[in-house]
Amino acid sequence: MLAAFGKNRALVSSLLRGGNGGDGASAAAVWAVSKRFMSASGDSITVREALNSAIDEEMTADSKVFVMGEEVGEYQGAYKVTKGLLQKFGPDRVLDTPITEAGFTGLGVGAAMYGLKPIVEFMTFNFAMQAIDHLINSAAKTNYMSGGTINVPIVFRGPNGAAAGVAAQHSQCFAAWYGQVPGLKVLVPYDAEDARGLMKAAIRDPDPVVFLENELLYGESFPVSKEVLDPSFTLPIGKAKIMREGSDLTIVTFSKMVGYALKAADELAKEGISVEVVNLRSIRPLDRETINASVRKTSRLLCLEEGWPQHGVCAEICASVVEESFYYLDAPVERICGADVPMPYAANLERLAVPQIDDVIRAARRICFRKQDKRKATA
Amino acid sequence: MVLGRSFEDMCAQMYYRGKMFGFVHLYNGQEAVSTGFIKLLKQTDFVTSTYRDHVHALSKGVPARQVMAELFGKSTGCCRGQGGSMHMFSAEHGLLGGFAFIGEGIPVAVGAAFTSKYKREVLKEEGDMPVSIAFFGDGTANNGQFFECLNMAQLWKLPVIFVVENNLWAIGMSHYRSTSDPEIWKKGPAFGMASAHVDGMDVLKVREVAKEAVERARRGDGPTLIECETYRFRGHSLADPDELRAPAEKAHYAARDPIVALKKYLLDNEIATEAELKSIEKKIDEVVEDAVEFADASPLPGRSQLLENVFADPKGFGIGPDGRYRCEDPGFTAGTAQV
Repeated sequence: MLAAFGKNRALVSSLLRGGNGGDGASAAAVWAVSKRFMSASGDSITVREALNSAIDEEMTADSKVFVMGEEVGEYQGAYKVTKGLLQKFGPDRVLDTPITEAGFTGLGVGAAMYGLKPIVEFMTFNFAMQAIDHLINSAAKTNYMSGGTINVPIVFRGPNGAAAGVAAQHSQCFAAWYGQVPGLKVLVPYDAEDARGLMKAAIRDPDPVVFLENELLYGESFPVSKEVLDPSFTLPIGKAKIMREGSDLTIVTFSKMVGYALKAADELAKEGISVEVVNLRSIRPLDRETINASVRKTSRLLCLEEGWPQHGVCAEICASVVEESFYYLDAPVERICGADVPMPYAANLERLAVPQIDDVIRAARRICFRKQDKRKATA
Repeated sequence: MVLGRSFEDMCAQMYYRGKMFGFVHLYNGQEAVSTGFIKLLKQTDFVTSTYRDHVHALSKGVPARQVMAELFGKSTGCCRGQGGSMHMFSAEHGLLGGFAFIGEGIPVAVGAAFTSKYKREVLKEEGDMPVSIAFFGDGTANNGQFFECLNMAQLWKLPVIFVVENNLWAIGMSHYRSTSDPEIWKKGPAFGMASAHVDGMDVLKVREVAKEAVERARRGDGPTLIECETYRFRGHSLADPDELRAPAEKAHYAARDPIVALKKYLLDNEIATEAELKSIEKKIDEVVEDAVEFADASPLPGRSQLLENVFADPKGFGIGPDGRYRCEDPGFTAGTAQV
């Protein structure tokens, strides 16, 4: 890692020279503050800390950025993602709203149309359905309807998808719904690096961004490099990341399922199946180049998502690969998705309703035409 | 008001000649409300409206040529032909739309008011506090978003004015059939908000009430809810056969035509002569004719315009001060992914 750091010295020094709106002195001050967010043991932070530090730094750098949502202020955030922000920036910039999703989402859109940069938090994206009219009709479509004269630099963020035991109305994955709308950018971070980089990019972006987090990932720690902790660190929107290189099978996935895919890949490596894991990071714009390049390399595709199968994100990925890389495929494309039912409450049923690592491993073997683990000699 | 009326009449003509299409909602009869309020605003103030927004756009200062071209779907329209009748936007004139869903414009107006307050208090900008006005109808006053916004606006004392253009009909649904308490202005005090009811067919009365509301907002004393009793002389839209409204009711309000009333007032009080008023009308006719000619002569949007303007910045991170996409700047981070 040190060698890599040396190679990137030019990049690092240009990063430290100052980011968007911050001068050297304030960047250093933010740097000192962000060190507080690193956990005691070395360079590793949780996704929650990553998001918190990203929002904190962007609010420091640009006073037009403000946060609004239910419980973001005095309660420190329903999932503690906005912890400490009220104390630091005051109630003018961290707004506790009444329970009025439609109202305050529209308010955020109006504020963005006039020049501020709101970060609207939904306690979960399930609640955003009460505000989906504003997300789509006011935010996403306005730049187009106004002929390019009025843009909406807003970020909608919150947890998406299944948590643990929260049942049907709190567990839906909205990646496919928002991913279909032209005019929205839809981001799905997995680890702390994704969370930091994509959140900063989303806040700086002049278009509406739907930032789908995952509640179960908030507390997970990931190692991060020094570049990630720099206040100027951002990730490009619309580019997927190859988490692990491989040659036999491509698994394309996003959010929590990336972790499952990586664990499955470790298991499969022991059997001699080399898996390439693509972390989408961005549902819209979808990085078709990376997906197709990877499939052309491995000739096999397995898509993985937590949401419902019909008209899901995996459907689009499969269509894209079949359209563009058909002649490179050695096996039919496969999808592993959540069960086509509203999320059940019982713990064992919930386990059955979401993809598990074993499902991924079995599907991988099936695609590689292996009946079972070759190491096991018995039938 | 005369410009609004002539313009809308011309819209009807153009629609029946096939030059305008889709949904067109005309404002005939309600001009006093638009003129009474919007003519008190500055260019830096904001207006949001519904699909019945042509005259709000004209009152706010959007040139008639641009509005007509937008209605014809030409590229010289105020939204380059991409918005249409129901989606008039103008960043220059502070017109934040033009929304097809009723109630959608109310939170947006409240958001603009929030920004006004934020800019004053947090960003410490100088100058008059820009005010925003949300226009909507009686049907909207039953919608959840309306109440949510009344609450938030009064809670945070935002410089916004809620103007209900109560024309008694939501397409074919009578206000009295759909509302438990038909007096909409009474809903303000439930939230602690100042409210008023005004005769929306009389532009001078509207202006008086509006003046007070605008001043209250600019001072920072918070929002006002104003119910204007008004009437639309035509149907809900040009596709509406308008069979449910009683002819007696229509006649009653036709007799209270705001333009005729103002004319009578001007002549009776000798503020203007017949000749002067006639010359104003003639000038307006010329403006509207010119707008039609301009729109007719304008080109349709080019094919490439279909995919434009979906995003302000399709590549993310915005445009840098040198005018190029930031992500193309080699000094800007490209992330740590080796793809």
